[in-house]
Amino acid sequence: MDDLYRAEILEHYRHPHNFGSLDHPDVVQEGSNPLCGDRLTLMLDIDEQGRVDEVAFTGRGCAISQASASMLTDLIRGKQLSEVAKIGRKDIVDELGIEISPARLKCALLSVDTLRRALEDRVTWQAETEEEPA
Amino acid sequence: MAIGERRTGADPANPRSGTTIPAALDILEPGTAVDGPDAVADCDVAVPRTGAGTALDPASDAPDAPAAVELDPLDPVAIRRDFPVFERDFGGRPVAYLDTAATSLKPRSVIEAVDGYNTRYTANVHRGIYRMGEEATAAYEAAREKVGRFIGAPDRHEIVFVRNATEAINLVAATWGRKNIGAGDTIVLTELEHHSNLVPWQFVAQEKDADLEFVPIDAQGRLVQDAFDALLRTKPKLVAFTHVSNGVGTINPVRDMVDRAHAAGALVLVDGAQAVPHMPVNVAGLDCDFYAFSGHKALGPTGSGALWARRELLEAMPPYMGGGEMIREVHLRSTVYNDVPWKFEAGTPDIAAAIGLGAAVDYLTALGMDRVREHERLLTAYALDTLARGVPGLTLYGPRSAYQRGGVVSFNLPGVHPHDVATLLDREGIAVRAGHHCTQPLHERLGEAATARASFGVYSTTDDIDRLVAGLRKVQQLFA
Ligand SMILES: Cc1ncc(COP(=O)(O)O)c(C=O)c1O
Repeated sequence: MDDLYRAEILEHYRHPHNFGSLDHPDVVQEGSNPLCGDRLTLMLDIDEQGRVDEVAFTGRGCAISQASASMLTDLIRGKQLSEVAKIGRKDIVDELGIEISPARLKCALLSVDTLRRALEDRVTWQAETEEEPA
Repeated sequence: MAIGERRTGADPANPRSGTTIPAALDILEPGTAVDGPDAVADCDVAVPRTGAGTALDPASDAPDAPAAVELDPLDPVAIRRDFPVFERDFGGRPVAYLDTAATSLKPRSVIEAVDGYNTRYTANVHRGIYRMGEEATAAYEAAREKVGRFIGAPDRHEIVFVRNATEAINLVAATWGRKNIGAGDTIVLTELEHHSNLVPWQFVAQEKDADLEFVPIDAQGRLVQDAFDALLRTKPKLVAFTHVSNGVGTINPVRDMVDRAHAAGALVLVDGAQAVPHMPVNVAGLDCDFYAFSGHKALGPTGSGALWARRELLEAMPPYMGGGEMIREVHLRSTVYNDVPWKFEAGTPDIAAAIGLGAAVDYLTALGMDRVREHERLLTAYALDTLARGVPGLTLYGPRSAYQRGGVVSFNLPGVHPHDVATLLDREGIAVRAGHHCTQPLHERLGEAATARASFGVYSTTDDIDRLVAGLRKVQQLFA
């Protein structure tokens, strides 16, 4: 069973990056997965140049959803929104680097779907939105 | 396992007997703790049982006592040969199927009954004046007769075929409920209910401006009976509760609760989805007014289920859906309804599923429901014991005594989300449920968004449970 949850995922789960709150975030977005009861609150500071200056998240959930939020926040921190707009669902699945069954896909995608809703008004998404990653 | 599993001589009266289950730990005798003094005060619902030395640890008083081996009245190893799904390979082994509370596996006789209808006498029921039509009608009505006898219905006309327990409860809510519940009336439910015995009553309450009240549970997931009595003093119109909880396994004292509800002037609906497949059920003996269950949890096909209700209630209830079959005479502006139960079976029913359910009932009857219950009680006791001892730190929910619970064991590993538990166990060919099991209010009460759940059936073995324990230890090591 060990190959399923590779060490990096478990490490992100135990010690998630960017976990916590921002004092005066420019954007706050909540996301949840009613099936598992996973919850996520994503907070972003965006500077005048349209760069993700700070990012943080809180919440609780399974290893896959927590690791995915940890990795995604790493991925977008410091990036221009125009770059963030290119991040798609498939990217986060690739980042996780494990085989994800259809039943667990919602856990893996909670972070990126929450990010998309957070930036709805600011970003035109380049990558695919609705369809499931191949 | 600490206590060796041994085979003893077979019971001559029961050719299937002979498998033994290491006995565990019913520290409580049947029925003793239902109204125990510990029932109300303790608000900490989780019942963590960790490590050695708890009251539940048999090693503390009788290690390896041979007397502690109890005879399983069923032989699940033989029974498994009747279930083709066990022929499928999951990494060199059959599946350890521990999700019977969601739906049961299907024996060959049920599969063949469905096939028989589809291959030999395919026809609609109550219509064709030809041989296959008559055969289909006879098989469909014979299934009704079998189901009625199986749950002790005094009259087969009191059995309405539906798709599942959910449809049965919605039928009662939409017909009896909308006719008889009015503004300011109270419906009493419990904190244990499956969403299917909650949401339909929310519909009625919202439409009629009625009130919903809930019997709370105690620290072991048992209904607080004093609180129930207090709610009965408000003179509710209806009391609706589950016979056995699918979330934490609690077996409710149905007859006693029915008597008190009737004395208070309420009618009683019992959700038997987790009872009918697992223990003897006699609706006349329970004296309730409505009883709902799903056939697919009782070895039957999906799409099968039944509502039982007293005939005079069914006759007074308005129909549920309109269409063919439920009518006697139709004119352009008026209709005379059919007799019960057909008044409630509008449209072509799931004929194959009903016939399959008849075969499932035959299968269970041949095993003997007393034996089925005893088999599952022993397994549940074994699971509670081996999980508590074999998986340090595991939190178990629900009644401590297997005498008070059906074959349902919900648990959590601290620090590991139940979805991760289920995914990792799946890699070992072990199927458990993870989530809120359609009992979100119960999980709110437990203070958990989700739990993992193992549930048992006639084909479950101690080996399934040993695999679960070993799997959970692996998960624990991975997350350590
Ligand atoms: C106690 C209880 N009631 C009702 C139901 C609903 O059953 P179905 O989905 O077959 O309608 C279930 C199934 O999970 C259950 O466990």
